[in-house]
Amino acid sequence: MKTLASNSLIFLLILGMWSCTPPKEGESSTSNSAAVSTHPKGQASVSDDVSDKNILQVAVSSEAHSTLVAAVEAAQIEHVLVNAGPLTVFAPTNSAFEALPDGTVENLLKPENKGQLANILTRHAAPGSYDIEALKKEARKGRKLYMATGDYLEVVVDGDNVSVGGAAIVATIPTSNGIIHVVEQVILPN
Amino acid sequence: MKTILKGSQLWLMGLAIMVMSCGQSNNQNTGALGSNIAERVYVAPGEHDEFYAFVSGGFSGQLAVHGLPSGRLFRVIPVFSQDPEKAFGYNEETKPMLNTSFGFVPWDDAHHPDLSQTNGEIDGRWCFINANNTPRIARISLSTFETEEIIELPNSAGNHSSSFVTENTEYIVAGTRFSVPVPQQDISINEYKGKFKGAMSFIKVDPNTGRFNLEFQIMMPGFDYDLAHPGRGKSHGWMFFSTYNTEEANTLLEVNASQNDKDFIAAINWKKAEELIANGDFETMNVEYAHNVYDEATHSATSTIKNEVKVIDPSKYPGLVYLLPTPKSPHGCDVDPTGEYIVGSGKLSASLTAHSFTKMLAAIENQKFDGDVYNIPIINYDDVVGGVVQQAGLGPLHTEFDGKGFGYTTFFISSEVVKWKVGTWEVVDRQPTYYSVGHLMIPGGNSRKPFGKYVLAMNKITKDRYLPTGPELCQSAQLYDISGEKMELLLDFPTIGEPHYAAGCPADLIKPNQKKIFRLEDNLHPYAAKSEKEARVERDGNEVHIYMTTIRSHFAPDNIEGVKVGDKVYFHVTNLEQDYDVPHGISMIGANTSELLIMPGQTETFVWKPKRVGVWPFYCTDFCSALHQEMQGYVRVSDKDADVPLSWSLDGE
Repeated sequence: MKTLASNSLIFLLILGMWSCTPPKEGESSTSNSAAVSTHPKGQASVSDDVSDKNILQVAVSSEAHSTLVAAVEAAQIEHVLVNAGPLTVFAPTNSAFEALPDGTVENLLKPENKGQLANILTRHAAPGSYDIEALKKEARKGRKLYMATGDYLEVVVDGDNVSVGGAAIVATIPTSNGIIHVVEQVILPN
Repeated sequence: MKTILKGSQLWLMGLAIMVMSCGQSNNQNTGALGSNIAERVYVAPGEHDEFYAFVSGGFSGQLAVHGLPSGRLFRVIPVFSQDPEKAFGYNEETKPMLNTSFGFVPWDDAHHPDLSQTNGEIDGRWCFINANNTPRIARISLSTFETEEIIELPNSAGNHSSSFVTENTEYIVAGTRFSVPVPQQDISINEYKGKFKGAMSFIKVDPNTGRFNLEFQIMMPGFDYDLAHPGRGKSHGWMFFSTYNTEEANTLLEVNASQNDKDFIAAINWKKAEELIANGDFETMNVEYAHNVYDEATHSATSTIKNEVKVIDPSKYPGLVYLLPTPKSPHGCDVDPTGEYIVGSGKLSASLTAHSFTKMLAAIENQKFDGDVYNIPIINYDDVVGGVVQQAGLGPLHTEFDGKGFGYTTFFISSEVVKWKVGTWEVVDRQPTYYSVGHLMIPGGNSRKPFGKYVLAMNKITKDRYLPTGPELCQSAQLYDISGEKMELLLDFPTIGEPHYAAGCPADLIKPNQKKIFRLEDNLHPYAAKSEKEARVERDGNEVHIYMTTIRSHFAPDNIEGVKVGDKVYFHVTNLEQDYDVPHGISMIGANTSELLIMPGQTETFVWKPKRVGVWPFYCTDFCSALHQEMQGYVRVSDKDADVPLSWSLDGE
């Protein structure tokens, strides 16, 4: 009862304040509150055609990564991929997602599975900037790659082929805030 | 009991709600909420301000960039003073910017910013500002928000009547406040009258690059020259300077320079001056002044000492200068948007004097003169005055216009802004300031097209206005809404010291031209390392040059050996980032200079002279990334006679 009373009081108070606020010329008083509710817009919305492309921009421009981009959006982690980072991202192609058991992707894209999806995607990102030479050096020195989820993944070099957590790297793209390695397999937890 | 209390609380709050909802209809002055003021200066998180305000930093030597209406401070641009935050005047690249004919001068007193114009309207390209003490004018790019050029002014002293822009940015004018012997010589100060001169400098601005050239100087009588404004529209081609100390006193000026009933506004026909220069009607004087230019491609400044200036003696050339009698020691000298009225604010007068440009031309035509000073005609007061704002306040200083037919004048002694009507000269409103207001600014105020929504008043004294901070308090600016008939105080915000003057314009004129990064491929710095492969260390005698790179989150190289005590070690650091808003910093333990703060694609250099053997760390000073704390390195310093070979590495390679 007490809670109910104080809640409605606050509501009344707000109502009272609103009614005190005369709309400005050519502007309704609700436009201001709408502006507030859309914030923060976040770094992903910054328009910048001068800097080199960041990880998210590169991924968005790649047709072979539309599933990954959809998953990043569903998990609402796009701002991570435009952050100063730096990050090394192992980016599974659409076919990598298709290779998962039937229904897996659809299930992960459901709103109630957002946390699980975010966790799976985050396992594909390593803090730091590791180009292909740096990854080879990790293997040579016997260092495992520390991923953003806290997992350690093994880097394996076989001739010219490099794989991380069992996923073979088929291409490498430098970006303004890190490195993208294209992989053809989703890296799942052991 | 508890329940009853709660009931009465409810009742009280209900009453409060009723009072609040009634506030609007009863009275506008029920505080910030009741009159909606907070909402009018509130810029929601993530939203942008409508206007930029460039507020002079006075004795800090810098220029502050605020947003209006929020008053938020975005940046302090180093101009005439060293700034360790940005390494301006500390790194090897920008030290030449502070060179003068007196050598390196690391400080000045920055007074009056003005913005470049095209066709009499603000064009958002450059901001100019004057150094008062060691006379200089600076140009600041509004694309990089960095100082790109500084020119010293010979024959000038106390460069106060500056840096005002003509309506196509043809010239920046810079009048001397203190008259001095020209040329400088060892004479008695008592010989002031007749021997001391006041140089009005006209600096030509290249319309494409903005580069300065000291085109000519007009050598005026030995008055003090206070402020200036250009003619516009019909009066384009003229420049108006306020004068005081027309008594030519050289001591106790507060008394001796306040004797004359009227001083002058000097009207200079600069188009006529151009003709004289073209005809060879000038003298070339041997002088010495520095001209410093920062090159965006090399990320470096150069300083050149120049030795000549063209000087015109106005006593020899009729038609070049006229004197307009103006009561009493005028400070501000302001031209309305139409170019018709030139308003003089006599500091010791209670009234404002508006001269009419049309009447001035007629008086010249009809020779309505009241004698001369050093052969410069004085126009008869009654034949030039267009109107007087009577008894407007105490201590008028500066007027700006809203473009809707009103002038707004600050009054220092009575601490107020007074709104008056151009043409009828009647006072229509007055609002107090807190306290002792100097100048004020309406965005676009010095142009044909002011944006008359706000006026910003800049105060010298704040006493009880903010949390106290010892004997020295902040200065302040106050924002008034001037869109209605009455001015309304919206906001009171602190500024860096000292806000003498400001210029402003709509943000949309500047925002689209912002430089985000410098392209690495365009970097022409002679010591740039454009990739980690180019990172290296070279020895040349006792000079060691480190070609270093930065990228999130490491330096290359980060382990260096073979440096010796007594070496002079140059860290040339190139930021390899090509991403907006990702600078890196660097600093070395014991370096006798500031950090560097290097923008993406830029190269900067600092010098370190190791004094003791050991292994000494350096690190990134700007929080660049998640692994910023890992961004560090070491330099091994050996004894002078050691034979440790020079070597460098990153991750052992």
